[in-house]
Amino acid sequence: MNQNILIQLKNISKSFDGETILDKINLDIHDKEFITFLGPSGCGKTTTLRIIGGFETPDEGEVLFDGKLTNDIPAYQRPVNTVFQKYALFPHLNVFENIAFGLRLKHIPEKDIVRQVKDMLAMVNLKGFEHRKVTTLSGGQQQRVAIARALINHPKVLLLDEPLGALDLKLRKDMQVELKNMQKRTGITFIYVTHDQEEALSMSDTVVVMSDGCIQQIGTPTDIYNEPVNAFVADFIGESNILAGTMLEDYRARFSGQNFDCLDSGFAKGEPVDIVVRPEDVDVVSPEKGMLKGTVTSVTFKGDYYEIIVDVCGFKWMIETSDYVAPDAVIGLHIEPDAIHIMKKSVYSGRFGDYSSFSDELDKLSEPEFEEGEE
Amino acid sequence: MKILSKSYIALILAIMYIPILVLMLFSFNSTNNTGVFTGFSFYWYQELFRSAETFTALKNTLILAISSAVTATLIGTAASLGLHRMRSKFLRGTITSLTNIPMMNPDIVTGISMMLLFVFVGTRLGSTEKLNFWTLLIAHVTFNLPYVILNVTPKFRQMDKHLPEAAQDLGCTPVQSFFKVELPCIMPGIVTGFIMAFTLSLDDFVISYFCSGSDFQTLPILIYSMTKKEVKPDIYALSTLMIIAILALLILSNLSSGRDDGLARLHSWRSRVREKMQNRREAKGGDAK
Amino acid sequence: MTVSKKPPAKRRSSPFAYVSASPHIVWTVLFIVAPLLFVLYYAFTDASGAFTFDNILALGDHTETFTLSFSMSVVATVLCLLIGYPLAYCIAKLSERAQKIVMLLLMLPMWMNLLIRTYSMMAILDDGGFLNNFLMMLGLEPMHIVGTAPAVVFGMVYNFLPYMVLPIHATISKMDKRYIEAANDLGCNNVQTLFRVVLPLSASGIISGVTMVFVPSISTFYISQKLGGGTFDLIGDTIERQFQNPITYNVGAAISLVMMILILISMAIMNRFSDDEGTVIV
Repeated sequence: MNQNILIQLKNISKSFDGETILDKINLDIHDKEFITFLGPSGCGKTTTLRIIGGFETPDEGEVLFDGKLTNDIPAYQRPVNTVFQKYALFPHLNVFENIAFGLRLKHIPEKDIVRQVKDMLAMVNLKGFEHRKVTTLSGGQQQRVAIARALINHPKVLLLDEPLGALDLKLRKDMQVELKNMQKRTGITFIYVTHDQEEALSMSDTVVVMSDGCIQQIGTPTDIYNEPVNAFVADFIGESNILAGTMLEDYRARFSGQNFDCLDSGFAKGEPVDIVVRPEDVDVVSPEKGMLKGTVTSVTFKGDYYEIIVDVCGFKWMIETSDYVAPDAVIGLHIEPDAIHIMKKSVYSGRFGDYSSFSDELDKLSEPEFEEGEE
Repeated sequence: MKILSKSYIALILAIMYIPILVLMLFSFNSTNNTGVFTGFSFYWYQELFRSAETFTALKNTLILAISSAVTATLIGTAASLGLHRMRSKFLRGTITSLTNIPMMNPDIVTGISMMLLFVFVGTRLGSTEKLNFWTLLIAHVTFNLPYVILNVTPKFRQMDKHLPEAAQDLGCTPVQSFFKVELPCIMPGIVTGFIMAFTLSLDDFVISYFCSGSDFQTLPILIYSMTKKEVKPDIYALSTLMIIAILALLILSNLSSGRDDGLARLHSWRSRVREKMQNRREAKGGDAK
Repeated sequence: MTVSKKPPAKRRSSPFAYVSASPHIVWTVLFIVAPLLFVLYYAFTDASGAFTFDNILALGDHTETFTLSFSMSVVATVLCLLIGYPLAYCIAKLSERAQKIVMLLLMLPMWMNLLIRTYSMMAILDDGGFLNNFLMMLGLEPMHIVGTAPAVVFGMVYNFLPYMVLPIHATISKMDKRYIEAANDLGCNNVQTLFRVVLPLSASGIISGVTMVFVPSISTFYISQKLGGGTFDLIGDTIERQFQNPITYNVGAAISLVMMILILISMAIMNRFSDDEGTVIV
């Protein structure tokens, strides 16, 4: 990855009506990077994007482009373009005129405009759509027009605000691949906002996990998944069992009344910590062989695996296993040292991790369709 | 049941239209009898066109309708834009409710209240003709304003709020973004508002009646004074002509409701022409070489 | 995971918003608010400009006018509702295309001047008019219609019926058809569905319809002049007469003021019937 820092956010704070949306955000964005702001609704990710785009001004802090302060530069003078949440295509213009919009403002000769728009349309697979009304296009097609309209201006940075939120699942998967390819081909820095962790993990070079107006963790998708820094990140990215425990010494932790070997070090002796174990990293064994013993309380068939909930001394574990286990059966759990990840205690400790009230449906219900700020 | 409900609709419509049709019929009556049709003639139309008064009134009505509709559309559109951008709910609510007063209040109250203002101010200024074209214009703009705002404001609200941002993102200054993006988007509302204001102004009698002086008469006021005297079918002729004019206007405004498509078609046509010209130029350039 | 719902982010309004709205704000204050204050001023002063209650007290002489006007417009409004609601209901059952055409046909006469509409009605109903000539042709007795109270009420209904149908039709046609299906599913027959589901759900339409008919009815002066044959003196006629002569402006202002208050009270009572905000559809 190119190490040139393109955009720097320094101590950015923003509040609306006395409510803090962003609290002292610090972030470096590198050239040619695909960076994703990931977090639940209301975490401040869209506001951060809008500050970079110039649609909001921060209350405090500095926005630097190429090392130059750009706080007061209006949106229309910034070298960034945006793909808006619901595309914001101009309904009174056809596809051609929508894409040509930015070029026309620069008084580029008609001949070049026609050529560039043609090239763009070819790039987003919309050849022959020039004269279509944008309102007659499908969601996916509108999405492509919005991307073409932004990319034709050769921005240094492309901002994408939940661009796939309005598409159905299949189309979303296809567009993810296409967007990633487009970013590689054009070498433009993509700043992408989403609340969908899968999307973030599969597309990004860097993921910025946000919550409550603060950045929780910045890292590559693998880092974020394997080494979450706190209970919030562990819970938000994938499924995890998060238990309260203590660090006995380096490479040795205690939770659920048992001592376990692990790969983490650098904690104080006897320090209370949070312990993460991913559901797919727990092996089901016979009760006698298990490090922990528990009762199966529910079994759900998920296609390529079973998702079971196991009660171990009152704590409900979620475990993914390929072998069928009968409900009410007593089983043993085996956990390899590399499956245990130790985190420092944080404000999020104890708020996540237990699957006692877990339900797929509830999880979906609380998942917002769109980001904050949508009236 | 279906037949019953359909015949009910037909019956009401018939009752609504019979008087108008009878009136149109009798405008072609050869005598001035308004009860018995004695023969077909254009006599009353000729009579009508002979009167200079009618023409003056017609001219006045049109001048008033156009000038008041234009003024109301300009002020109202600017106001809708301002209201749309205004964050204070209280202020927005207050302005909107005040604006709507002429729409809710009986016309007669709007009429006399403005007349009182004009007479009071006119007396203070010592003018002899306290009520004139200008007072009439003010009155018409006042009752037209809520209808313009009523038609334009929703267009602002329906517009994707990210559109102006998208325009600025692509390089428009805020002013360019208004004229290139927002204005075209709210245009249908402005056009409907203008047509509505124009028609209401053409049609208004009550408010005009109180706010007009003797030197500027509109058609509805002329009709009123005509119906005060002995009834002659020249009013029927005048009314028939007005009905036809309104009908034409309505058809026109209905056509304009398909304007969204029209605009898009215009744009695509324009870009196609541009492209063709480009191709031709390219071809020519090629020949030259 | 709990998601805290935050209120939509607020932006400060730019000074531009106020600049843009300012011509309208000035206009509203000068030509909507100020004239109404003048009505108030005139209602409580005499010809010389001194404060007085005489104008309001003089309204005692017009009690009969007020009662007559009020009862006639109430009757006209109720008739409009009784005729208009079934009409709107029937129209809403037509195909979408047919609905558009019928509503257009219904609204068309509204675009014709009230004077013309009323005048043509009078020409038909008059003693020597079209209807009576027609009746005599059939060998029937002619009827004396113009100059009676029913004629005036009929004139109001004829002129203002579309104002009732329009908002009611708008609410009924926008109503989710599944409510009706749900009512049928739960055991309502068609009549019960109408009274238990459709009618309450169209309350807001009824309220705006009633307002839109009642207000012009109570303030009209042309209809009563023409169809009342000069024998009926309604509030509108009285106000109009007071403003023929500057000496009686003050009494005229007082009558107008009381009429406005009367209308406001009636509307407030109407609105209490429904929790819905009485949205006015024009």
